[in-house]
Amino acid sequence: MKKNTLGKAYLTFVLILLYAPIFYLIFYAFNAGGDMSKFTGFTLENFQTLFADSRLILIVVQTFFLAFLSSLLATVIGTIGAIYLVKLKGRKKETLLGLNNVLIVSPDVVIGASFLILFTLIGMQLGFLSVLLSHIAFSIPIVVLMVMPLYQEMDKSLIDAANDLGATPAQTMREIILPYLTPGIIAGFFMAFTYSLDDFAVTFFVTGNDFTTISVEIYSRARAGISLEINALSALVFLFSIFLVIGYYYIMRDSDTVGKSSTLT
Amino acid sequence: MTKRIYSVPYFLWIVFFVLVPLGMLLWESFFDLNGHFTFDNYIAYFSSGTYLLMTWNSVLYALIITVATLVISYPVAFVLTKLKMKQFWLMLIILPTWVNLLLKAYAFIGIFGKYGSVNNFLQFLGLGRTQILFTDASFILVASYISIPFMVLPIFNALNDLDDNLVSASMDLGASRFQTFTQVIWPLSLNGVRAGVQAVFIPSLSLFMLTRLIGGNKVITLGTAVEEHFLTTQNWGMGSTIAVVLVVAMLVVMRLTKERRD
Repeated sequence: MKKNTLGKAYLTFVLILLYAPIFYLIFYAFNAGGDMSKFTGFTLENFQTLFADSRLILIVVQTFFLAFLSSLLATVIGTIGAIYLVKLKGRKKETLLGLNNVLIVSPDVVIGASFLILFTLIGMQLGFLSVLLSHIAFSIPIVVLMVMPLYQEMDKSLIDAANDLGATPAQTMREIILPYLTPGIIAGFFMAFTYSLDDFAVTFFVTGNDFTTISVEIYSRARAGISLEINALSALVFLFSIFLVIGYYYIMRDSDTVGKSSTLT
Repeated sequence: MTKRIYSVPYFLWIVFFVLVPLGMLLWESFFDLNGHFTFDNYIAYFSSGTYLLMTWNSVLYALIITVATLVISYPVAFVLTKLKMKQFWLMLIILPTWVNLLLKAYAFIGIFGKYGSVNNFLQFLGLGRTQILFTDASFILVASYISIPFMVLPIFNALNDLDDNLVSASMDLGASRFQTFTQVIWPLSLNGVRAGVQAVFIPSLSLFMLTRLIGGNKVITLGTAVEEHFLTTQNWGMGSTIAVVLVVAMLVVMRLTKERRD
């Protein structure tokens, strides 16, 4: 079993490597010295500066609002798209699926640049709306890919049964299909949410002067030099990510059992 | 028939956010700064040493990043499949991707900086401070660091689906561990590797924020050039031309790494 310990040691090493920069940031968030070169003493001052920085707080709120709204809309459109795509057959389905995946595989700069051309040519002011539309646009295919497999696996006789029992199409959708798809829909929403929170490249292209997100703000501040306020922010972001992951894990576990019970019927 | 109406938003999305933008990008690539229709952008691109060298460098960087990431990630994925709580450990590998990319880049500015930890350590060893930030090496390192989870995940999925009986059978038939790996495990995990290469190579061509923050404008990738032309020099035609090249490069990579079913 020597091989296994070697493997575990390697895994541990890579994990340390992966987390080192993150903990490095968080560690220096508590540094009293002004930069990340030397730890001179413990302080919470950087957090105080962060919370007093109303501009940055506003940007954080904006970013979350944008992520929430865009992923919500993307989830609605994407779920309908997934249901529609599954029903198609043959070449039409392949073509649409191919188009669906274009925004997932394209490099961010290409998406950003092409959206910038689009918004400019139709004469739209760059700002919240253009960023929102872009985020919805690149989130839709993610939702489709999360929801589609579930609908594909679904036993379609459930739908026939509902129809036979006199359910209207709307009732079948509400009572049978949507509950069955819930795990995929939640997963899609979460994925879209995190994509939106993390996105930098696309937002950077399509945002104007009056709207910015955390990523874009960090980028411009990082170019100006190190400020420990950003470290404090990263500490909070990391904590939040962990909560999000835990929450996601529990929601998926619970909804998974719901899905399973419906397959049993 | 009423169901058709519900799919309208999805169709509108495909038309207005997939087809139209890509079409416009292609269209724009045929215009010069004065708005005249021309092939000059393509001629300039393919005849200029600067652009070709940049493209070559960009592909080379992406290749190095992909290979480095693969070498680091494959053993990780392999070890993961052997563990008891593999989903938990996989989660730990994926978790760093939830931390904003810019924050991680920012961390490396601190780590690699002139007075950062690595240099402090080098100083401590008596080797003295060197310029680490704003070099090719730091760009490749950080880009690989960021890509690891995206490589581990698909390889893990492929290895996890692999039937253990095949490995046992190979061992029973007298194959050495090495032979089992090269003849059985590796070929069967290739689809995961292909997916991983896709997920790392294409984004590596367009990581413009890293080239700026970590590469210090010395590393110019295709992505950096697109950003530069669109947002700094406002030469959309040339920017679009490079973006079209980027799309073609993407299609080539997709083609080469297409999942194979035997």
